[in-house]
Amino acid sequence: MIECKDIKKEYTTGEEKTMVLKGLSFVINDGEYVAIMGPSGSGKSTLMHILGALDTPTSGTYLLDGKDVSKLNDHELADIRKDKIGFVFQAFNLLPRASVIRNVALPLVYAGVPKHEREEIAKKALIQAGFDEARFNHLSNQLSGGQMQRVAIARALVNNPSLLLADEPTGNLDTKTGEIVLETFEKLNKQGHTVILITHEEDVARHARRIIHIKDGEILKDEKIK
Amino acid sequence: MSETSIPKTSIKIADLIEETFSAVSSNKTRSGLTMLGIVIGIASVIAMVAIGTGAQSSIEARISSLGANLLTIQPGAPRTFGSTVNAGRGNAQTLTKADASSLSSLSGVKAVSPESTNREQVISSTSNTNTSVIGAVSAYPEVHNMTIAQGLWFTDSQVSGFAKVVVIGPTVQGDLFSGMATSTVIGQSITVNGLPFTIVGITASKGGSGFGNTDNNVYIPLSTAQQFLTGSIYVGSISIEATSQSVMTSVTDEITAALLARHKITDPTKADFNIINQADIASTASSVTGTFTALLAAVAGISLVVGGIGIMNMMLTTVTERTREIGLRKAIGAQRSDITLQFLAEAIVLTVLGGVIGIMLGWGVSWGVTRFFSITTQVSVNSILLAFGVSAGIGILFGYYPAVRASKLNPIEALRYE
Repeated sequence: MIECKDIKKEYTTGEEKTMVLKGLSFVINDGEYVAIMGPSGSGKSTLMHILGALDTPTSGTYLLDGKDVSKLNDHELADIRKDKIGFVFQAFNLLPRASVIRNVALPLVYAGVPKHEREEIAKKALIQAGFDEARFNHLSNQLSGGQMQRVAIARALVNNPSLLLADEPTGNLDTKTGEIVLETFEKLNKQGHTVILITHEEDVARHARRIIHIKDGEILKDEKIK
Repeated sequence: MSETSIPKTSIKIADLIEETFSAVSSNKTRSGLTMLGIVIGIASVIAMVAIGTGAQSSIEARISSLGANLLTIQPGAPRTFGSTVNAGRGNAQTLTKADASSLSSLSGVKAVSPESTNREQVISSTSNTNTSVIGAVSAYPEVHNMTIAQGLWFTDSQVSGFAKVVVIGPTVQGDLFSGMATSTVIGQSITVNGLPFTIVGITASKGGSGFGNTDNNVYIPLSTAQQFLTGSIYVGSISIEATSQSVMTSVTDEITAALLARHKITDPTKADFNIINQADIASTASSVTGTFTALLAAVAGISLVVGGIGIMNMMLTTVTERTREIGLRKAIGAQRSDITLQFLAEAIVLTVLGGVIGIMLGWGVSWGVTRFFSITTQVSVNSILLAFGVSAGIGILFGYYPAVRASKLNPIEALRYE
């Protein structure tokens, strides 16, 4: 469960201070499928970084599963990311010249999972992400965009995180492949995964069951979708 | 919660090794070229030190072939009475056969060999040459590490009986009796300074050249030389073989005291002789070659440093190229120290691998130098261990900065990097 209370983020460039997030408060329960939507410069990326434990807010509290993440140091943030968060990026960010299995198993390396168990766990995650079993041993640079994004989703799932964070996951894909990827998220959500989608596209956001509209660092509207 | 100062890593060693090798092998051309700098650096250090050490040991061997534990007593510089002008050392005539025989009873002295040297014309029935004629006693071959190839060295009775016998060196044999079988040379007659001598032996070749060449000498009994060539009771020098290397200093002191007493000199600074220690010459020569070895190694060491900078350059490029990968690794939970370790390990693998190849190449080059240029080389275990340690050290030294830079990347910016 995510509980954000009055999250503020301020950047200082030289003399000038910019308030990117101006005090956001919201709760996301386990098993929700939420889209955070807003135009570029709205602060949605900054919010995603805070939710993903890549960054900490200037003020306010962020409780992830009851644990206050907003005041942790670098080491502790890395541990949170390792155990609780699964990232899916717009640019996939797969290791080049590495097999699909190795890419998916990479988080397990840092989680200290024994080597012989990793392949099994990685295969399960790949099947969950709807990746074609025939291509498990292909190299990541031999895959199409849609396939790469499914590998990235499997990698995000492999540690069984509390939260799947997808940052513009369809941004580098054509509409048709994008749809397939979004269906995958829907399927994962039905299996009980909490999914947060960050996007600037209304069409994409409509796939979620709740949309938090952000503009100029403030929540514009918190919308439930039937 | 307080900050922990101990770096926390989550990656296991086996995984670190796997990650490292897959990273190094993913760009083989570049890894190879980067390694080449270290390979050349290490190989040149190994080869240069091998050549230097080889030269050193061959010089030492040559010097010790002149005689083991050898002390040479030379007459001091003569000074005309009432004058302060010194002539060169060794020119005075102060040493006698009696001095020599008195020294043989000293402890630590194994053998004593008084000697004289004259430059004479030596004539055979077919040819002639001008060479050094050494007046020697029976102990001479032992003291000077000399062996007789054919015939015999002269005996004590021949020495005391003014016998007109001669032992010649192999070079002299070639000059005087070219084309004649060695066995028939024994018994031939030659004249030295107009006097007929019978050849009784030929020395074995010692090699060497220049001032150290003993193959071009002719040896006659000291008594005969004194009687017919020098016409004096003095000897040119006295060579002494000490029982061991460790007693050289004490023997030198004993000889000094004994000769000062015999010559009735109270002030040691006015001694009419001086003693040259073979070991001193050897150590001087080896310190000279040691300096050369150090010089060669230093030049080679520079190329090693250049190779190390090549590693650093490559690692910095790699860090920049793999910024997004670093961002991703951080996003999925890698600690800062995991990233440091990964890039440091890559640098170390490159240098150690380069070091191993360099050691083999250096060994090969040393072998080739010996094989094709007939220069003695000696690859020492020390230089290999040193080279290996240095290459690993270079990996750590030049890999550390890029690795830390990688670990300090902000994951957000790293993920956004284009």
